[in-house]
Amino acid sequence: MSVKHSLLALLTQGPRYGYHLRAEFEERTGSTWPLNIGQVYTTLDRLERDGLIEDQGDDGAGHRIYAITEAGRAETEDWFAQPSRPSNPPRNELAIKLAIAVTTPGVDVERVIQAQRSATLRALQDVTRAKRSTGGESRPADLAGLLVLESLIFTAEAEIRWLDHCEAAVLRAARSGQLPAVPAAVSAPAPAAMPSRTAVPTTAGTSRRHTSSQQKDR
Amino acid sequence: MTGVARHSIPQHPLEPTVRPVTQGMPPRQILELHQVSKVYGDGITVVAALREVDLTVNAGEFVAVMGPSGSGKSSLLALAGGLDSTSQGEIYVRGTPLSALSTAERARLRRRAVGYVFQDYNLIPTLNATENVSLPLELDGVKPAKAQRQAKDALRQVGIEDLANRFIDELSGGQQQRVAIARAIVGDKALILADEPTGALDSVTGEEIMAVLRRRADAGAGVVLVTHEARHAGWADRVVFLRDGRVVDQATAQNDPHSLLADPIR
Repeated sequence: MSVKHSLLALLTQGPRYGYHLRAEFEERTGSTWPLNIGQVYTTLDRLERDGLIEDQGDDGAGHRIYAITEAGRAETEDWFAQPSRPSNPPRNELAIKLAIAVTTPGVDVERVIQAQRSATLRALQDVTRAKRSTGGESRPADLAGLLVLESLIFTAEAEIRWLDHCEAAVLRAARSGQLPAVPAAVSAPAPAAMPSRTAVPTTAGTSRRHTSSQQKDR
Repeated sequence: MTGVARHSIPQHPLEPTVRPVTQGMPPRQILELHQVSKVYGDGITVVAALREVDLTVNAGEFVAVMGPSGSGKSSLLALAGGLDSTSQGEIYVRGTPLSALSTAERARLRRRAVGYVFQDYNLIPTLNATENVSLPLELDGVKPAKAQRQAKDALRQVGIEDLANRFIDELSGGQQQRVAIARAIVGDKALILADEPTGALDSVTGEEIMAVLRRRADAGAGVVLVTHEARHAGWADRVVFLRDGRVVDQATAQNDPHSLLADPIR
Protein backbone atom coordinates (compact mmCIF):
# COMPACT_ATOMS: atom_id res chain seq x y z
CA MET A 1 0.00 0.00 0.00
CA SER A 2 1.48 3.33 -1.02
CA VAL A 3 0.97 5.29 2.23
CA LYS A 4 2.70 2.61 4.31
CA HIS A 5 5.64 2.40 1.96
CA SER A 6 5.83 6.17 1.42
CA LEU A 7 6.15 6.68 5.18
CA LEU A 8 8.81 3.97 5.34
CA ALA A 9 10.72 5.63 2.49
CA LEU A 10 10.58 8.99 4.30
CA LEU A 11 11.96 7.31 7.44
CA THR A 12 14.98 6.01 5.49
CA GLN A 13 16.17 9.63 5.61
CA GLY A 14 16.17 9.73 9.38
CA PRO A 15 13.81 9.51 12.40
CA ARG A 16 10.64 11.59 12.19
CA TYR A 17 7.35 12.16 14.04
CA GLY A 18 3.79 11.87 12.69
CA TYR A 19 3.05 15.46 11.66
CA HIS A 20 6.48 15.78 10.11
CA LEU A 21 5.83 12.66 8.00
CA ARG A 22 2.45 13.93 6.88
CA ALA A 23 3.87 17.32 5.86
CA GLU A 24 6.71 15.71 3.95
CA PHE A 25 4.42 13.25 2.15
CA GLU A 26 2.16 16.06 1.01
CA GLU A 27 5.01 18.30 -0.07
CA ARG A 28 6.60 15.56 -2.16
CA THR A 29 3.34 14.61 -3.87
CA GLY A 30 2.34 18.16 -4.79
CA SER A 31 -0.32 18.20 -2.02
CA THR A 32 -2.51 16.18 -4.36
CA TRP A 33 -3.40 13.47 -1.87
CA PRO A 34 -3.96 15.01 1.57
CA LEU A 35 -3.20 12.56 4.36
CA ASN A 36 -5.43 12.18 7.38
CA ILE A 37 -3.21 12.45 10.51
CA GLY A 38 -5.20 9.61 12.09
CA GLN A 39 -4.23 7.45 9.13
CA VAL A 40 -0.57 8.37 9.66
CA TYR A 41 -0.65 7.22 13.28
CA THR A 42 -2.60 4.04 12.47
CA THR A 43 -0.05 3.22 9.78
CA LEU A 44 2.86 3.94 12.13
CA ASP A 45 1.30 1.59 14.73
CA ARG A 46 1.06 -1.18 12.12
CA LEU A 47 4.60 -0.59 10.90
CA GLU A 48 5.85 -0.81 14.48
CA ARG A 49 3.79 -3.97 15.12
CA ASP A 50 5.37 -5.54 11.99
CA GLY A 51 8.89 -4.64 13.14
CA LEU A 52 9.50 -2.25 10.21
CA ILE A 53 9.94 0.81 12.44
CA GLU A 54 10.65 1.39 16.12
CA ASP A 55 9.36 3.93 18.59
CA GLN A 56 12.27 5.99 19.94
CA GLY A 57 10.19 7.81 22.53
CA ASP A 58 9.45 11.48 23.08
CA ASP A 59 11.82 14.11 21.67
CA GLY A 60 11.22 16.39 24.63
CA ALA A 61 8.85 18.62 22.66
CA GLY A 62 5.93 16.24 22.81
CA HIS A 63 6.69 14.46 19.54
CA ARG A 64 6.86 10.68 19.41
CA ILE A 65 9.83 9.84 17.20
CA TYR A 66 9.95 6.81 14.91
CA ALA A 67 13.01 5.27 13.23
CA ILE A 68 13.20 2.67 10.48
CA THR A 69 14.56 -0.81 11.23
CA GLU A 70 16.72 -3.01 8.99
CA ALA A 71 13.57 -4.99 8.08
CA GLY A 72 11.93 -1.66 7.19
CA ARG A 73 14.82 -0.72 4.90
CA ALA A 74 14.57 -4.09 3.14
CA GLU A 75 10.81 -3.62 2.72
CA THR A 76 11.36 -0.14 1.22
CA GLU A 77 13.98 -1.41 -1.24
CA ASP A 78 11.61 -4.18 -2.26
CA TRP A 79 8.80 -1.62 -2.78
CA PHE A 80 10.94 0.45 -5.15
CA ALA A 81 12.06 -2.69 -7.00
CA GLN A 82 8.56 -4.09 -7.59
CA PRO A 83 6.15 -2.66 -10.19
CA SER A 84 3.03 -1.00 -8.77
CA ARG A 85 -0.20 -2.90 -9.24
CA PRO A 86 -2.92 -0.45 -10.24
CA SER A 87 -5.92 -0.32 -7.95
CA ASN A 88 -9.31 0.47 -9.43
CA PRO A 89 -9.06 3.98 -10.90
CA PRO A 90 -12.09 6.30 -10.76
CA ARG A 91 -12.62 5.95 -14.50
CA ASN A 92 -13.98 2.44 -13.96
CA GLU A 93 -17.18 4.14 -12.98
CA LEU A 94 -17.14 5.98 -16.29
CA ALA A 95 -16.45 2.81 -18.28
CA ILE A 96 -19.40 1.12 -16.59
CA LYS A 97 -21.62 4.14 -17.22
CA LEU A 98 -20.72 4.16 -20.92
CA ALA A 99 -21.17 0.43 -21.25
CA ILE A 100 -24.64 0.74 -19.76
CA ALA A 101 -25.41 3.85 -21.84
CA VAL A 102 -24.65 2.20 -25.18
CA THR A 103 -26.84 -0.76 -24.31
CA THR A 104 -29.81 1.24 -23.04
CA PRO A 105 -32.30 2.37 -25.70
CA GLY A 106 -33.10 6.07 -25.64
CA VAL A 107 -29.83 7.22 -24.06
CA ASP A 108 -28.00 9.96 -25.99
CA VAL A 109 -24.54 8.37 -25.77
CA GLU A 110 -22.86 11.28 -27.56
CA ARG A 111 -24.20 13.61 -24.90
CA VAL A 112 -22.94 11.34 -22.12
CA ILE A 113 -19.51 11.27 -23.75
CA GLN A 114 -19.42 15.04 -24.33
CA ALA A 115 -20.44 15.81 -20.74
CA GLN A 116 -17.55 13.69 -19.53
CA ARG A 117 -15.14 15.16 -22.08
CA SER A 118 -15.97 18.71 -20.94
CA ALA A 119 -15.58 17.80 -17.28
CA THR A 120 -12.26 16.06 -17.87
CA LEU A 121 -10.99 18.99 -19.91
CA ARG A 122 -11.92 21.40 -17.14
CA ALA A 123 -9.92 19.26 -14.74
CA LEU A 124 -7.06 19.23 -17.25
CA GLN A 125 -7.20 23.04 -17.46
CA ASP A 126 -6.97 23.26 -13.67
CA VAL A 127 -4.04 20.87 -13.47
CA THR A 128 -2.25 22.69 -16.30
CA ARG A 129 -2.79 25.96 -14.47
CA ALA A 130 -1.35 24.44 -11.30
CA LYS A 131 1.62 23.18 -13.30
CA ARG A 132 2.23 26.64 -14.73
CA SER A 133 2.22 28.14 -11.27
CA THR A 134 4.82 25.75 -9.87
CA GLY A 135 8.23 27.25 -9.42
CA GLY A 136 10.06 24.98 -11.85
CA GLU A 137 12.23 22.09 -10.79
CA SER A 138 14.71 23.87 -8.53
CA ARG A 139 14.13 21.59 -5.52
CA PRO A 140 13.59 17.82 -5.53
CA ALA A 141 10.17 18.36 -3.91
CA ASP A 142 9.22 20.77 -6.76
CA LEU A 143 10.22 18.17 -9.33
CA ALA A 144 8.26 15.52 -7.41
CA GLY A 145 5.16 17.74 -7.31
CA LEU A 146 5.54 18.51 -11.01
CA LEU A 147 5.77 14.81 -11.86
CA VAL A 148 2.58 14.13 -9.89
CA LEU A 149 0.79 16.90 -11.80
CA GLU A 150 2.11 15.46 -15.07
CA SER A 151 0.67 12.09 -14.08
CA LEU A 152 -2.75 13.73 -13.65
CA ILE A 153 -2.34 15.39 -17.07
CA PHE A 154 -1.46 12.10 -18.77
CA THR A 155 -4.41 10.39 -17.07
CA ALA A 156 -6.86 13.09 -18.19
CA GLU A 157 -5.38 13.04 -21.69
CA ALA A 158 -5.77 9.26 -21.89
CA GLU A 159 -9.36 9.50 -20.73
CA ILE A 160 -10.20 12.09 -23.39
CA ARG A 161 -8.53 10.00 -26.10
CA TRP A 162 -10.49 7.00 -24.91
CA LEU A 163 -13.73 9.05 -25.03
CA ASP A 164 -12.89 10.14 -28.61
CA HIS A 165 -12.35 6.50 -29.50
CA CYS A 166 -15.64 5.46 -27.87
CA GLU A 167 -17.51 8.20 -29.67
CA ALA A 168 -16.11 7.20 -33.06
CA ALA A 169 -16.94 3.54 -32.38
CA VAL A 170 -20.46 4.42 -31.20
CA LEU A 171 -21.08 6.59 -34.28
CA ARG A 172 -19.84 3.84 -36.59
CA ALA A 173 -22.04 1.30 -34.86
CA ALA A 174 -25.04 3.61 -34.99
CA ARG A 175 -24.56 4.26 -38.71
CA SER A 176 -24.50 0.56 -39.43
CA GLY A 177 -27.63 0.05 -37.32
CA GLN A 178 -25.84 -2.07 -34.73
CA LEU A 179 -26.85 -0.06 -31.69
CA PRO A 180 -28.21 -0.78 -29.23
CA ALA A 181 -29.29 -4.33 -30.10
CA VAL A 182 -26.01 -6.03 -31.05
CA PRO A 183 -23.85 -6.95 -28.04
CA ALA A 184 -20.55 -7.23 -29.93
CA ALA A 185 -20.60 -3.61 -31.07
CA VAL A 186 -21.61 -2.48 -27.62
CA SER A 187 -18.94 -4.03 -25.48
CA ALA A 188 -16.08 -3.83 -27.96
CA PRO A 189 -14.91 -0.21 -27.64
CA ALA A 190 -14.52 0.05 -23.90
CA PRO A 191 -12.34 -2.97 -23.12
CA ALA A 192 -10.18 -2.44 -26.21
CA ALA A 193 -9.09 1.00 -25.09
CA MET A 194 -9.24 0.68 -21.31
CA PRO A 195 -6.02 1.98 -19.79
CA SER A 196 -6.44 -0.25 -16.76
CA ARG A 197 -6.40 -4.02 -16.93
CA THR A 198 -8.45 -4.29 -13.79
CA ALA A 199 -11.43 -2.53 -15.32
CA VAL A 200 -11.85 -4.79 -18.32
CA PRO A 201 -13.62 -7.80 -16.81
CA THR A 202 -15.98 -5.62 -14.80
CA THR A 203 -16.92 -3.42 -17.74
CA ALA A 204 -17.31 -6.19 -20.28
CA GLY A 205 -19.19 -8.38 -17.87
CA THR A 206 -21.55 -5.63 -16.89
CA SER A 207 -22.34 -4.60 -20.42
CA ARG A 208 -22.89 -8.17 -21.54
CA ARG A 209 -25.32 -8.85 -18.74
CA HIS A 210 -27.37 -5.78 -19.49
CA THR A 211 -27.33 -6.43 -23.20
CA SER A 212 -28.64 -9.96 -22.87
CA SER A 213 -31.40 -8.93 -20.50
CA GLN A 214 -32.29 -6.14 -22.87
CA GLN A 215 -32.55 -8.58 -25.76
CA LYS A 216 -34.75 -10.84 -23.67
CA ASP A 217 -37.11 -7.95 -23.03
CA ARG A 218 -37.47 -7.43 -26.71
CA MET B 1 -0.22 42.25 -14.72
CA THR B 2 2.17 42.35 -17.61
CA GLY B 3 3.55 45.72 -18.43
CA VAL B 4 3.67 46.51 -22.14
CA ALA B 5 4.59 49.90 -23.51
CA ARG B 6 1.71 51.77 -25.11
CA HIS B 7 2.10 53.64 -28.36
CA SER B 8 2.26 57.36 -27.78
CA ILE B 9 0.81 58.18 -31.20
CA PRO B 10 -2.92 57.93 -32.03
CA GLN B 11 -3.77 54.40 -32.98
CA HIS B 12 -5.26 53.25 -36.27
CA PRO B 13 -8.19 50.85 -35.68
CA LEU B 14 -6.15 48.07 -37.29
CA GLU B 15 -2.95 48.92 -35.52
CA PRO B 16 -1.54 46.01 -33.54
CA THR B 17 -1.00 46.63 -29.87
CA VAL B 18 -0.81 44.12 -27.13
CA ARG B 19 -2.51 45.60 -24.14
CA PRO B 20 -1.92 44.70 -20.56
CA VAL B 21 -4.79 42.75 -19.08
CA THR B 22 -6.54 45.15 -16.76
CA GLN B 23 -8.27 43.74 -13.73
CA GLY B 24 -11.81 44.98 -13.23
CA MET B 25 -12.14 46.42 -16.76
CA PRO B 26 -14.90 45.07 -19.02
CA PRO B 27 -13.51 42.50 -21.48
CA ARG B 28 -12.47 43.85 -24.87
CA GLN B 29 -13.59 41.72 -27.76
CA ILE B 30 -10.80 40.89 -30.17
CA LEU B 31 -12.74 38.43 -32.31
CA GLU B 32 -16.46 37.95 -32.74
CA LEU B 33 -18.28 35.47 -34.95
CA HIS B 34 -21.99 36.21 -35.32
CA GLN B 35 -24.11 33.39 -36.73
CA VAL B 36 -21.35 32.43 -39.12
CA SER B 37 -22.06 29.72 -41.68
CA LYS B 38 -19.77 28.46 -44.40
CA VAL B 39 -20.89 26.29 -47.28
CA TYR B 40 -18.60 24.77 -49.90
CA GLY B 41 -19.83 23.60 -53.30
CA ASP B 42 -23.42 23.79 -54.51
CA GLY B 43 -26.33 21.65 -55.60
CA ILE B 44 -25.94 18.01 -54.60
CA THR B 45 -22.24 18.50 -53.75
CA VAL B 46 -22.92 21.16 -51.12
CA VAL B 47 -21.04 20.71 -47.83
CA ALA B 48 -21.78 22.84 -44.77
CA ALA B 49 -18.46 23.36 -42.97
CA LEU B 50 -19.84 25.74 -40.33
CA ARG B 51 -23.42 26.29 -39.22
CA GLU B 52 -24.54 29.43 -37.38
CA VAL B 53 -21.48 29.65 -35.16
CA ASP B 54 -21.35 32.33 -32.46
CA LEU B 55 -18.00 32.81 -30.79
CA THR B 56 -16.35 35.69 -28.95
CA VAL B 57 -12.69 35.86 -27.98
CA ASN B 58 -11.70 38.63 -25.58
CA ALA B 59 -8.38 40.36 -25.16
CA GLY B 60 -6.23 38.24 -22.88
CA GLU B 61 -8.23 35.10 -23.58
CA PHE B 62 -6.80 31.82 -24.83
CA VAL B 63 -9.45 29.70 -26.55
CA ALA B 64 -8.87 26.17 -27.84
CA VAL B 65 -11.08 24.63 -30.51
CA MET B 66 -11.46 20.86 -30.56
CA GLY B 67 -13.51 18.43 -32.60
CA PRO B 68 -13.16 15.41 -34.85
CA SER B 69 -11.82 15.67 -38.41
CA GLY B 70 -14.24 17.53 -40.64
CA SER B 71 -15.99 19.27 -37.75
CA GLY B 72 -15.10 22.73 -39.12
CA LYS B 73 -12.12 23.69 -36.93
CA SER B 74 -9.81 24.82 -39.73
CA SER B 75 -12.67 26.51 -41.61
CA LEU B 76 -13.47 28.52 -38.49
CA LEU B 77 -9.87 29.64 -38.20
CA ALA B 78 -9.54 30.55 -41.90
CA LEU B 79 -12.69 32.67 -41.69
CA ALA B 80 -11.55 34.36 -38.48
CA GLY B 81 -8.25 35.23 -40.13
CA GLY B 82 -9.96 36.72 -43.17
CA LEU B 83 -8.47 34.05 -45.44
CA ASP B 84 -11.92 33.01 -46.59
CA SER B 85 -15.35 34.63 -46.70
CA THR B 86 -18.44 33.59 -44.81
CA SER B 87 -21.52 32.29 -46.61
CA GLN B 88 -23.67 33.88 -43.92
CA GLY B 89 -23.07 35.86 -40.76
CA GLU B 90 -20.40 38.39 -39.87
CA ILE B 91 -16.95 38.31 -38.35
CA TYR B 92 -15.52 41.24 -36.43
CA VAL B 93 -11.83 41.65 -35.63
CA ARG B 94 -11.38 44.34 -32.98
CA GLY B 95 -14.84 45.58 -33.87
CA THR B 96 -14.17 45.86 -37.61
CA PRO B 97 -16.55 43.77 -39.76
CA LEU B 98 -14.41 41.80 -42.23
CA SER B 99 -17.10 41.96 -44.92
CA ALA B 100 -16.76 45.76 -44.98
CA LEU B 101 -13.06 45.60 -45.86
CA SER B 102 -11.59 45.60 -49.36
CA THR B 103 -9.10 42.87 -50.25
CA ALA B 104 -6.22 45.27 -49.60
CA GLU B 105 -7.64 46.36 -46.25
CA ARG B 106 -8.12 42.76 -45.23
CA ALA B 107 -4.51 41.99 -46.13
CA ARG B 108 -3.38 44.96 -44.06
CA LEU B 109 -5.48 43.82 -41.12
CA ARG B 110 -3.93 40.36 -41.34
CA ARG B 111 -0.41 41.80 -41.49
CA ARG B 112 -0.89 44.17 -38.59
CA ALA B 113 -3.30 42.61 -36.18
CA VAL B 114 -3.50 38.89 -36.90
CA GLY B 115 -0.79 36.27 -36.49
CA TYR B 116 -1.67 33.04 -38.27
CA VAL B 117 0.10 29.70 -37.88
CA PHE B 118 -0.74 27.56 -40.89
CA GLN B 119 -0.84 23.77 -40.64
CA ASP B 120 1.58 23.57 -43.57
CA TYR B 121 3.67 26.57 -42.35
CA ASN B 122 3.49 28.64 -45.62
CA LEU B 123 7.10 29.83 -45.33
CA ILE B 124 9.07 31.39 -48.18
CA PRO B 125 11.93 29.05 -49.15
CA THR B 126 14.12 31.76 -50.69
CA LEU B 127 14.28 33.70 -47.41
CA ASN B 128 16.07 32.70 -44.22
CA ALA B 129 14.29 32.21 -40.89
CA THR B 130 14.71 35.82 -39.73
CA GLU B 131 13.58 37.23 -43.07
CA ASN B 132 10.49 35.01 -43.06
CA VAL B 133 9.55 36.39 -39.66
CA SER B 134 10.44 40.04 -40.35
CA LEU B 135 8.83 40.23 -43.80
CA PRO B 136 5.28 41.11 -42.66
CA LEU B 137 6.71 43.89 -40.47
CA GLU B 138 8.84 45.29 -43.26
CA LEU B 139 5.91 45.16 -45.69
CA ASP B 140 4.11 47.27 -43.15
CA GLY B 141 6.78 49.93 -43.09
CA VAL B 142 8.80 48.91 -40.05
CA LYS B 143 12.47 49.77 -40.62
CA PRO B 144 14.49 46.66 -41.57
CA ALA B 145 16.85 46.86 -38.57
CA LYS B 146 13.95 47.09 -36.12
CA ALA B 147 11.97 44.39 -37.94
CA GLN B 148 14.97 42.04 -37.84
CA ARG B 149 15.45 42.73 -34.14
CA GLN B 150 11.83 41.88 -33.43
CA ALA B 151 12.09 38.79 -35.65
CA LYS B 152 15.11 37.55 -33.73
CA ASP B 153 13.29 38.10 -30.45
CA ALA B 154 10.34 36.05 -31.76
CA LEU B 155 12.74 33.29 -32.86
CA ARG B 156 14.28 33.37 -29.39
CA GLN B 157 10.85 32.94 -27.82
CA VAL B 158 10.27 29.75 -29.80
CA GLY B 159 13.77 28.50 -28.99
CA ILE B 160 15.53 28.69 -32.38
CA GLU B 161 17.51 31.94 -32.26
CA ASP B 162 20.61 30.00 -33.26
CA LEU B 163 18.94 29.07 -36.58
CA ALA B 164 18.11 32.67 -37.50
CA ASN B 165 20.26 32.69 -40.65
CA ARG B 166 19.27 29.27 -41.97
CA PHE B 167 17.19 28.97 -45.11
CA ILE B 168 13.89 27.11 -44.79
CA ASP B 169 15.07 24.02 -46.65
CA GLU B 170 17.96 23.76 -44.19
CA LEU B 171 15.52 23.36 -41.30
CA SER B 172 13.72 20.26 -40.03
CA GLY B 173 9.91 20.11 -40.05
CA GLY B 174 9.77 20.98 -36.36
CA GLN B 175 12.15 23.93 -36.83
CA GLN B 176 10.10 25.21 -39.77
CA GLN B 177 6.99 24.97 -37.62
CA ARG B 178 8.68 27.10 -34.97
CA VAL B 179 9.61 29.72 -37.60
CA ALA B 180 5.92 29.79 -38.59
CA ILE B 181 4.96 30.33 -34.93
CA ALA B 182 7.57 33.10 -34.56
CA ARG B 183 6.10 34.85 -37.63
CA ALA B 184 2.65 34.69 -36.02
CA ILE B 185 3.71 36.21 -32.70
CA VAL B 186 6.11 38.87 -34.01
CA GLY B 187 5.04 42.48 -33.61
CA ASP B 188 2.69 41.87 -30.68
CA LYS B 189 -0.33 40.85 -32.75
CA ALA B 190 -3.73 41.45 -31.15
CA LEU B 191 -5.09 38.13 -32.40
CA ILE B 192 -3.15 34.91 -32.85
CA LEU B 193 -4.77 32.05 -34.76
CA ALA B 194 -2.91 28.75 -34.68
CA ASP B 195 -3.99 25.68 -36.64
CA GLU B 196 -2.45 22.56 -35.06
CA PRO B 197 0.82 24.44 -34.42
CA THR B 198 2.61 21.57 -32.71
CA GLY B 199 2.03 18.67 -35.10
CA ALA B 200 5.71 18.36 -36.04
CA LEU B 201 7.07 19.01 -32.55
CA ASP B 202 8.05 16.64 -29.76
CA SER B 203 5.97 16.87 -26.59
CA VAL B 204 8.42 19.03 -24.62
CA THR B 205 8.77 21.58 -27.46
CA GLY B 206 5.01 21.45 -27.94
CA GLU B 207 4.57 22.47 -24.31
CA GLU B 208 7.08 25.31 -24.77
CA ILE B 209 5.01 26.60 -27.69
CA MET B 210 1.88 26.45 -25.54
CA ALA B 211 3.74 28.50 -22.93
CA VAL B 212 4.61 31.08 -25.64
CA LEU B 213 0.95 31.33 -26.73
CA ARG B 214 -0.14 31.51 -23.09
CA ARG B 215 2.26 34.41 -22.47
CA ARG B 216 0.87 36.26 -25.51
CA ALA B 217 -2.64 35.84 -24.10
CA ASP B 218 -1.53 36.91 -20.63
CA ALA B 219 -0.03 40.03 -22.23
CA GLY B 220 -3.44 40.89 -23.72
CA ALA B 221 -3.67 39.15 -27.10
CA GLY B 222 -6.62 36.97 -28.07
CA VAL B 223 -5.43 33.47 -28.95
CA VAL B 224 -7.36 30.78 -30.81
CA LEU B 225 -5.75 27.36 -30.99
CA VAL B 226 -7.12 24.54 -33.12
CA THR B 227 -5.88 21.28 -31.68
CA HIS B 228 -6.76 17.64 -31.29
CA GLU B 229 -4.44 17.31 -28.29
CA ALA B 230 -6.25 17.59 -24.98
CA ARG B 231 -3.03 18.38 -23.10
CA HIS B 232 -2.58 21.49 -25.25
CA ALA B 233 -6.21 22.49 -24.88
CA GLY B 234 -5.54 22.35 -21.15
CA TRP B 235 -3.52 25.58 -21.51
CA ALA B 236 -6.60 27.46 -22.71
CA ASP B 237 -9.03 29.48 -20.61
CA ARG B 238 -11.90 28.03 -22.63
CA VAL B 239 -12.30 25.01 -24.87
CA VAL B 240 -14.90 25.12 -27.64
CA PHE B 241 -16.11 21.78 -29.04
CA LEU B 242 -17.19 21.67 -32.67
CA ARG B 243 -19.17 18.88 -34.27
CA ASP B 244 -20.57 18.89 -37.80
CA GLY B 245 -19.89 22.62 -38.03
CA ARG B 246 -21.71 23.55 -34.83
CA VAL B 247 -20.48 24.55 -31.39
CA VAL B 248 -21.85 21.75 -29.23
CA ASP B 249 -20.19 22.54 -25.90
CA GLN B 250 -17.66 24.73 -24.12
CA ALA B 251 -15.45 24.04 -21.12
CA THR B 252 -14.16 26.93 -19.04
CA ALA B 253 -11.38 26.53 -16.50
CA GLN B 254 -12.80 26.50 -12.98
CA ASN B 255 -9.70 28.01 -11.44
CA ASP B 256 -10.51 26.18 -8.25
CA PRO B 257 -7.34 24.89 -6.60
CA HIS B 258 -9.39 22.57 -4.38
CA SER B 259 -10.59 20.70 -7.47
CA LEU B 260 -7.04 19.37 -7.73
CA LEU B 261 -7.12 17.71 -4.36
CA ALA B 262 -8.16 14.15 -3.84
CA ASP B 263 -10.16 13.17 -0.78
CA PRO B 264 -7.88 12.51 2.18
CA ILE B 265 -6.36 9.05 2.03
CA ARG B 266 -7.95 6.93 4.72
